[in-house]
Amino acid sequence: MASTIARRLNVLKRGGDVASSFWQTVAYLLLAVLAVAIIYPLIWMALNGFKSNAELFGDPWGLPTTWRWENFEKAWSLGVVRYLANSIIVTGASVVSTVLFSSMAAYALTRHRIPLAGPITVLLLGGMMLAPTVALIPLFRLLQTLGIFDTYWALIILYTAFRIPFSVFLIRAYMITLSREIEDAAVVDGANRWQIFWLVVMPLSRPIIVSAGLLHALFSWNEFVFALVFINSGDLKTLPVGLLAMQGRVLSDWPVLFAALTMASIPMILLFLAGQRQFIRGLAEGIGK
Amino acid sequence: MLTSRGGRWTMLLWVAPAVLLLLVFVYFPVVDNLRLSMFRWNAFSPSEQWVGLDNYTALAADPIFWSSLFNNVAYAIVSVVFQVGGGLVLAAVLEELVRGRLKGILRTVYFIPAVLSLTITGLLFQFMYNPQIGLVNGLLDVVGLDSWKHSWLGESATAIWAIIAMSQWQSIGYVAVLFIVAMQRIPRELYEAAYIDGATRAQAFVRITVPLVREMTLLAMIITVSGAFLVFNEVQVMTAGGPNNASHTLGTWLYKSAFFNDQMGYAAAIAVVIFVITVTAAIVQLFLGRGRAVQY
Repeated sequence: MASTIARRLNVLKRGGDVASSFWQTVAYLLLAVLAVAIIYPLIWMALNGFKSNAELFGDPWGLPTTWRWENFEKAWSLGVVRYLANSIIVTGASVVSTVLFSSMAAYALTRHRIPLAGPITVLLLGGMMLAPTVALIPLFRLLQTLGIFDTYWALIILYTAFRIPFSVFLIRAYMITLSREIEDAAVVDGANRWQIFWLVVMPLSRPIIVSAGLLHALFSWNEFVFALVFINSGDLKTLPVGLLAMQGRVLSDWPVLFAALTMASIPMILLFLAGQRQFIRGLAEGIGK
Repeated sequence: MLTSRGGRWTMLLWVAPAVLLLLVFVYFPVVDNLRLSMFRWNAFSPSEQWVGLDNYTALAADPIFWSSLFNNVAYAIVSVVFQVGGGLVLAAVLEELVRGRLKGILRTVYFIPAVLSLTITGLLFQFMYNPQIGLVNGLLDVVGLDSWKHSWLGESATAIWAIIAMSQWQSIGYVAVLFIVAMQRIPRELYEAAYIDGATRAQAFVRITVPLVREMTLLAMIITVSGAFLVFNEVQVMTAGGPNNASHTLGTWLYKSAFFNDQMGYAAAIAVVIFVITVTAAIVQLFLGRGRAVQY
């Protein structure tokens, strides 16, 4: 009996240690190569931001001889500061509107019996099937008719409209699971619906609200098609389109463009590192559990 | 029930902003696009001329439309193999082999490109593929494959493949993380039991991991395939469809037709093709995995 257990434990350990250490080494090697292949271009990008043009062409793999922060200053004033501000405005506003409208809809659909709940749910979630590209040409005319073509409003409204379905999906699935008791207690205490929403339901839904907000920020920060087609003024361009415009403006001063790309990468990388768990939770909830 | 009889209707106000935004800015344009695809018109003249299905017959006769569609299909196939297949293997190796902090660090490193804008990675890879300073040709020099060097984005034969390769670099970590989430839901006992029975890791991967993440595999395939038919940003940034229109995808060809060639009705017809493909993918997904969401 004891020997059987010992034998089994041995087998278990062998499974844990991998039968063939050769393959383990190969696997580790591949993981390392992949990590380098993924991260090295980004490091190269940052290093090139510090070079002079001569260094970039003479020794593209090498380190910069001196750290030319002036490239970053130049990129900053050539447009990065403007595009960054525009991206923050559009992303900030559309995160708030998307999360707010989606939470309100999810609240009404999950915590109350509203008329037409079925068709409304289908309408809201069905929007996930519709891709922005398909609506591009009619929207071009619609936005001009409404007089919001080439304004922040165009992007804020479109980002909100196109991301409400996914956000409703995430938040609704979470709100369904909340217990009714605290809400009922609040009603007994005389709270109205608006108070219940803000003081009870929203705080309880905080984890999914954070995930939905982060995923929306990622989307609107990087969105390209609408930002390219519906914004003409150089002053209103967001980062993804602005960086493209900068490419033409720096002419052949490529290190400045590298500096601009590096600066533009930092906000999302930091946001991801700070909210990694919520990011992945949102993805996991949204894509399959 | 919380809501009184009269209050039921006022609760509609809570869904009104979401419903109105969707109707006006999502549903109406998609339907209007179908109508517009049967007219000939241009951006700055209001007059529309009914042409029936002419735009679609023009589409069928347009070699650039077909090469764009081919490029989307190539994008889809390569992405399914490298991102879904590669992502699955990568996730399994990470989950099974690597322990502790290293696991988290690697996962983060692999995921980072996925949070960057395609404009950033597209411009970066323009330089990576640059014949003078690019790392790709530099690397081929180092390993003695000089004859393989190309002006990757400047040649019709290589441009789309170079863009597709960049996309694999950017997204494999993202798909791997999706698989990791699915794998963490598999009970450990299954593996322990298999190892007791003498199974190797490769066998455990084939017999346990792959079948139990089947649903995620299907979902990842559908996301990847529909994503491949919506490709726009990276192509627009890296080649704008060139050289000689060789690297267009449906999205960039739509954009060029509408806003450079001023053939709005024709572009709307391309949009209908994209609509049919992506909605079909979404419906397939709805049947395969009920209650899951895929966002484009």
